[in-house]
Amino acid sequence: MEFRLSDKSLLPALVALLLLGSCVSLAVGAMTIGWRDVLAGLIHWSWPGFLELDVPEQYALVLGEIRLPRLVMGLMVGGTLGLCGAVMQGLFRNPLADPGIIGVSAGAGVGAAFVLVFASGAALTTFAGGIFKDLQWFLLPLAASLGGALSTWLVYRLGDRGKSVVMMLLAGVAINALAGAAIGLLNYVADDRALRDITLWQMGTLGGATWGTVAVSALVLMIGGALLWRRAPALNALLLGESEARHLGVDVVRLKQLMIVLTAIAMGAAVSAAGMIGFIGLVVPHTIRLLRGPDHRYLLPYSVLAGGLLLVLADTVARTLVAPAEMPVGIITALLGAPFFIYLLWQQRQQIF
Amino acid sequence: MLLEVTDLTIQYPRATAPLLEHISLGFACGEVTALLGPNGCGKTSLLRAISGELDYRGNIQLFGRPQADWYRRQNDHRALARRYGLLPQHSNLNFAFTCGEVVQLGLAPGSLSRAEQEERIGHFMQRADVWHLRDRLFPSLSGGEKQRVQLARVLSQLSLADAGDKKILLLDEPTSALDLKHQHDVLALAREVAGDNTAVVTVLHDLNLAARYADRLVMLANGLVQADGNPAELLQPELVEQVYGYRGQLVDVAGYRALL
Repeated sequence: MEFRLSDKSLLPALVALLLLGSCVSLAVGAMTIGWRDVLAGLIHWSWPGFLELDVPEQYALVLGEIRLPRLVMGLMVGGTLGLCGAVMQGLFRNPLADPGIIGVSAGAGVGAAFVLVFASGAALTTFAGGIFKDLQWFLLPLAASLGGALSTWLVYRLGDRGKSVVMMLLAGVAINALAGAAIGLLNYVADDRALRDITLWQMGTLGGATWGTVAVSALVLMIGGALLWRRAPALNALLLGESEARHLGVDVVRLKQLMIVLTAIAMGAAVSAAGMIGFIGLVVPHTIRLLRGPDHRYLLPYSVLAGGLLLVLADTVARTLVAPAEMPVGIITALLGAPFFIYLLWQQRQQIF
Repeated sequence: MLLEVTDLTIQYPRATAPLLEHISLGFACGEVTALLGPNGCGKTSLLRAISGELDYRGNIQLFGRPQADWYRRQNDHRALARRYGLLPQHSNLNFAFTCGEVVQLGLAPGSLSRAEQEERIGHFMQRADVWHLRDRLFPSLSGGEKQRVQLARVLSQLSLADAGDKKILLLDEPTSALDLKHQHDVLALAREVAGDNTAVVTVLHDLNLAARYADRLVMLANGLVQADGNPAELLQPELVEQVYGYRGQLVDVAGYRALL
């Protein structure tokens, strides 16, 4: 029997690690806060009069307005990346189909950069006044989703519907190159403010987290995740092949449309909120498959949890490594994920995932 | 006829001539039909057209209803999946499902309880002689073992049909990767399945195996049905030469006729 963890051990372990990681992420940073003060500060922030706690006002502010939304954003974006990675690998029937590698993130990035540049002055991470702010709140994820959907569709068609790994990866290279050129062009016409935003955000950062952006990410992850989880048995059948899935009663065309559209929307929301964070969609589902097997009924929810955990940990490292400055979290995930990708390519010769 | 193909023409987009031209064939309940013919004569394409995966001209009816009708509504599609299965020639499943899990995927169109699923998985894995592989990872198996696991999956799928429902089983070269013993085992199993209210259509390359286990042989070549009938009539050197371009010799051994 192959080594596999049971749900009785994997689920509690993941939840415990998530709680632990979240506490650490709240406590450390440019200003270290003791765990008592974390608790007291959060209570004070959410319900100022309650218990008359003696906690510095700035703790409550840092925790409630900066670290907590950032933590939740990390959980949501990481969860979205883990989920989208798992779903795309199912769609392409290949474990190398990471949204970053095959160019979906880049496509979403172009869409978002387009909005950023042409809406400069009312950039993503700031609250510019006026009606445009409201519009952008909606326009940015929308443009990113459209860009992401377009790239997914293109890679899927070019890669012979997932049959050809080589074509899929080459299509990813082409789309990444095209997106790079498009963003480069946009950089030229951008003003200084938009330029800085694009640059930071190309490397991926959770620094722009506000309760508003957190809410969008959470909503998209919950709805998209639930819809995809409901189709988990069909996703399992699809791993056998499109023809086999059709013979098992799956409406393959509609299932694929659902997968492409939902992952594109989710990636659009994630990319517009946190920029281009790579490799989580690659590392997380692969690890879960090693621990629990490829069954989507477990793979999808566990990938959401583990993706959130990984991004929160990476973000905590990014915030503390060079404190009081902070690194873009995308650099950390790439440092972690790129060697893993190389390892996977190495393993690809055995053809078992 | 459970499966009826009328005036079927298949032409690939950039081909100069049709692969199959005005073919009409019917497949009856309880019969094993072997589709024979040289490489590239359209055997697999015929199965793919029957499965609706290929553009064609003509008419295909499954259980007396036009094929496209079955796929219009999700409920019909699922109902069809409970009584109509295809064993593919190759499987390219790279993800690390155990063999037991692969067989379980066959039960997806049904709504059995966990215990009933386990029982059927066990039953059909034993029938296909792969029970000992149940905890092995599917991608790590040999080609023949994979083929038998997939067979167990398709058989468990057809076990979802309501009692008394007629069924169709398509097998695309089910013996191509099998050793001698399992070639015979699998075809004997196909015979048994046919006895259970099922029309079995199988693509085969081995004429002698086909003659021994099939009720009916259909020989395709040059886009046409060259011969269609019972094995005793069709196992003739002249006919075989006309279809395959190879003239064998007919021998009688212990009551079996074989073409060498």
